[in-house]
Amino acid sequence: MSDEPELILADLSDDELVEQMKDDLYDGMGPEIAEGTQILLDRGWDANAILTESLVEAMRIVGLDFGDGILFVPEVLSAANAMKGGMELLRPILAANDAVKPTGRVVIGTVKGDIHDIGKNLVAMMLEGAGFEVMDLGINTDVEEFLKAYDEFNPDLLGMSALLTTTMPYMGVVIEEFEKRGLRKDCGIFVGGAPVNQEFADAIGATEYGGDASNTVELAKRFMGVNRP
Amino acid sequence: MTAAAKTLIIACGALAREVRALSDQLPAFDLRCVPATLHNRPQRIVPALERILDETGSAYERTVIAFGDCGTGGALDRLCAARGLERLPGAHCYAFFAGLSEFDAMMEEELGTFFLTDFLARQFETMVIRPLGLDRKPELRDLYFGHYKRLVFLSQTDDDDLLANANVAAARLGLAFEHRPTGLMAFARDLERLSTPLAA
Ligand code: B12
Repeated sequence: MSDEPELILADLSDDELVEQMKDDLYDGMGPEIAEGTQILLDRGWDANAILTESLVEAMRIVGLDFGDGILFVPEVLSAANAMKGGMELLRPILAANDAVKPTGRVVIGTVKGDIHDIGKNLVAMMLEGAGFEVMDLGINTDVEEFLKAYDEFNPDLLGMSALLTTTMPYMGVVIEEFEKRGLRKDCGIFVGGAPVNQEFADAIGATEYGGDASNTVELAKRFMGVNRP
Repeated sequence: MTAAAKTLIIACGALAREVRALSDQLPAFDLRCVPATLHNRPQRIVPALERILDETGSAYERTVIAFGDCGTGGALDRLCAARGLERLPGAHCYAFFAGLSEFDAMMEEELGTFFLTDFLARQFETMVIRPLGLDRKPELRDLYFGHYKRLVFLSQTDDDDLLANANVAAARLGLAFEHRPTGLMAFARDLERLSTPLAA
């Protein structure tokens, strides 16, 4: 047993709690994040404020530290998982609030032949955190599934993830099919994944290449005309 | 450098043992290795190879890159093209140990397959468990492997200890176990082709 007195989240002031939640999310402490989220809700906090001020802000720092080589995949994965727990509490409340219009609609998936999904899940969650409505097709997604989701969900953006050199080219196959069907004029196509780079994204004609989740959120907002002067 | 060697093989550390095991079948060669841990940071593979290539300059008649693409996203192929070199065929060592079409068939059969080679069965703790943080955070296992169904052990040698290790590894990851001996035939053929000068 540790000598440190146990921290009672409910005893903290709002500001202290938000700071504590950022630390806890950074450390991947799932139950604490769920508990903190619930406490703020009970205190009458707006769901969107909880999301942006604690969860998204903490995850943004995790992303920066991952990019700088301070954190590694396991830390990112546990932080993302902790954030997911908080999101699950907030999602129904956010969805029920008709007054807030989504920033945009996104369909996202890891492409056919590939079942790596940590990066894709993180991007999906950060887009959701920025107010996008996200339809996540999961892993091993083929062109028919992307087309079907396009018909059903009418997205502003299509996101594709690939972590294998062998599955990267499939993103080009999907883009070509969207092009052929004339679906690209009102749907941007974003690509990413560790082996993907700007050069490759340009070569297959993607709208944008997202190097990490924060960068993708910025590009997606810009694409939607948010923050446009 | 051995005085006689006209061939340099630059290999991923994960292949060092296997390359050495083929010494008798290949023309005399010197071996330089890049740490296998770069697997998890593939963007560092090409710079590491460049450093070795710059160091060795034109000391060898032939240089062979004993690497797959290994997640460099084509950057390794661009390096090879720029320097007139060749690498092993396929995306990674799982593919060239198994043979490319055999590997594709296994993926077709079950996409949720995680592979071990002799090297990974021997270094499972260092190369898989620790980099994934499963020693510190065992609860992450199902987030990593939730979509996986089986572990296929592609063995290069006949070694009961490694077979036992691989079996334990599968259980630890919560996956069904399969053993597919590959031997070193396909690998030897590729390496021989790359390290033997074409007959004039
Ligand atoms: C974690 C990991 C795994 C986990 C995957 C768990 C999961 N649920 O996803 C496990 C251990 C299961 C695994 C399995 C395998 N893996 Co793996 N894996 C990795 C590793 C180490 C990290 C990937 C990762 O999750 N990074 C963390 C996230 C946060 O980063 P990210 O994915 O890059 O995502 C960020 C950006 O790229 C971007 N982004 C991502 N997606 C998208 C999408 C859009 C639209 C946008 C805009 C942006 C974007 O934003 C994200 C957040 O910042 C990489 C190596 C590496 N460092 O890249 C190898 C790697 C990708 N794997 C590799 C291999 C070979 C395999 C296996 C074949 C190994 C095996 N022994 O069997 C199997 C796959 C088998 C199969 N059936 O497909 C190779 C690929 C080699 C190649 N030639 O392509 C790599 C490069 C390692 C290597 N060098 O060997 N792997």
